[in-house]
Amino acid sequence: MSVTLKDVEHMAKLARLEFSEEEKQKFTHQLNDILAYVEQLNKLDTSKVEPLSHVIELSNVFRDDAVKPGLATEEALKNAPAKSDKFFKVPKVIGDK
Amino acid sequence: MKTFDSIRAELDSGKTSCEKITQEYLGVIEQGKRLNAFLAVFPEQSLEQARTVDKKRSAGTAGPLAGMVVSIKDVICVKDARVTCGSKILEHFVSPYDATVVSRLKQADAVIIGKTNMDEFAMGSSTENSAYGRVKLPQDESRVPGGSSGGSAVAVRAGMSTTALGSDTGGSIRQPASFTGVVGLKPTYGRVSRYGLVAFASSFDAIGPLALSTKDAARVLGVIAGHDEHDSTSAEVPVPNYLGALTKDVKGLRVGIPKEYFGSGLEAEVRDAVEKKIDVLRKHGAIIQEVSLPHSEYTIATYYILATAEASSNLARYDGARYGYRAKGANDLMEMYVQSRSQGFGAEVKRRIMLGTYVLSSGYYDAYYRKGQKVRRLIQDDFISAFKNVDCLITPTSPSTSFKAGEKVDDPLQMYLSDIFTTSANLAGIPGISIPCGNDRQGLPIGLQILGKHFDEATIFRVADFLETT
Repeated sequence: MSVTLKDVEHMAKLARLEFSEEEKQKFTHQLNDILAYVEQLNKLDTSKVEPLSHVIELSNVFRDDAVKPGLATEEALKNAPAKSDKFFKVPKVIGDK
Repeated sequence: MKTFDSIRAELDSGKTSCEKITQEYLGVIEQGKRLNAFLAVFPEQSLEQARTVDKKRSAGTAGPLAGMVVSIKDVICVKDARVTCGSKILEHFVSPYDATVVSRLKQADAVIIGKTNMDEFAMGSSTENSAYGRVKLPQDESRVPGGSSGGSAVAVRAGMSTTALGSDTGGSIRQPASFTGVVGLKPTYGRVSRYGLVAFASSFDAIGPLALSTKDAARVLGVIAGHDEHDSTSAEVPVPNYLGALTKDVKGLRVGIPKEYFGSGLEAEVRDAVEKKIDVLRKHGAIIQEVSLPHSEYTIATYYILATAEASSNLARYDGARYGYRAKGANDLMEMYVQSRSQGFGAEVKRRIMLGTYVLSSGYYDAYYRKGQKVRRLIQDDFISAFKNVDCLITPTSPSTSFKAGEKVDDPLQMYLSDIFTTSANLAGIPGISIPCGNDRQGLPIGLQILGKHFDEATIFRVADFLETT
């Protein structure tokens, strides 16, 4: 499998990133290098192996549904790039059309 | 440079105070500014904290780490201080709370002196990927200190704090410990709470200490380890007395030498240095045996699939909406996301987000991500089988000593391969420690790695301390 410029553009879109033409070329090249290296995993037959998603045995962790102090609204808004009253402020979401 | 034992002796003899010690460290930080190890220093707060500890000492109520000064990697939250993660995207972010590890250190009366430089979001092996400039190796400033916890390693090496905290996702504590010549521990996954650690790859990330001695690393782990209700992946496994484990005795201990870690690509001087230490263990009664970890060659490939996948998901939160950098002049929400992220992240972070997005995307998920998870199990099984016959494993920490700045920045794959001996511990979730193992002919430190069973940090501390003091 090899990555094309078009794939890179699609990934960028999914990841909410944008690149210059030059960067796209560079990424295409570098991602292909890395993926070529990763291909070696296909030498292994893993048809009977269960995927490992967590390295230590854990069962569900429950806690009491009790009210505890949390981050106050004011504190939570301290790092906001833009705010209005008690809310985060962002550019308009709904278009004019 | 002083270990905690010598600091305590000076404190007990009345020769010095925590305030004086802190003042001295602040002076060394100032003198060593060109190394770029720190992103923030807290002169007022640390001296204030030190004076409080001095009062407690007089009153006989001081905690176990009274007199220890700690620096914190800038990926771990300290209340009311900035946590940048070495990234422009979090340049002005101020943490509203303390990470659990930080509150536990404070409770034990350690003094927090500042935040250390790092590869952006802990992605890198040289601490060159920081938006705030690279960190220099004190022994040779044209070289790298390793990474991503390069700032923490240099802080300890250069005497800017007694110990430091780092984070290790694929070797980010152990490899810089090796390059700078200090001790660095990655604990078992789940041993230390990740609450307040900015996430990179959540199934790999671990916080651990860097120190001048194994004993000091053991002391810090004893304080920060243990279950935390704020991190549901932190394990409810009792924390032993690690200092009690430093028995200075290795008689009968079964030490495995994984043959795959001594193959081609390993620098001869590194191999010789590690083998010499193995001989020391043999001479003192340890039972040395060769073992095989047959899937070792697949660790880097597996790691870069899974870690980038987790990173692409974790880093989706940086969208410019609630905190962090927001690009100016965006006309709509989508433009705000795209521009904030594209301007805020550096090249390596973007590369990993792209790779992670690719391996998780429709059509490739099974071929890459799921495949990676399966091979991860094979790698973990290798360790579980090996540990049926041995108590710990010894390997080099890195195939080489420190490299020149700029040498690998344009070749990501070469950079990734410098973690070839460390990522396996993160894939398997086992603990690993790097300890100094002499220098090469150029005077650059060599690191030796000891890997242990899940939650058995005590044994690797015991071996590390033995090698260090024998």
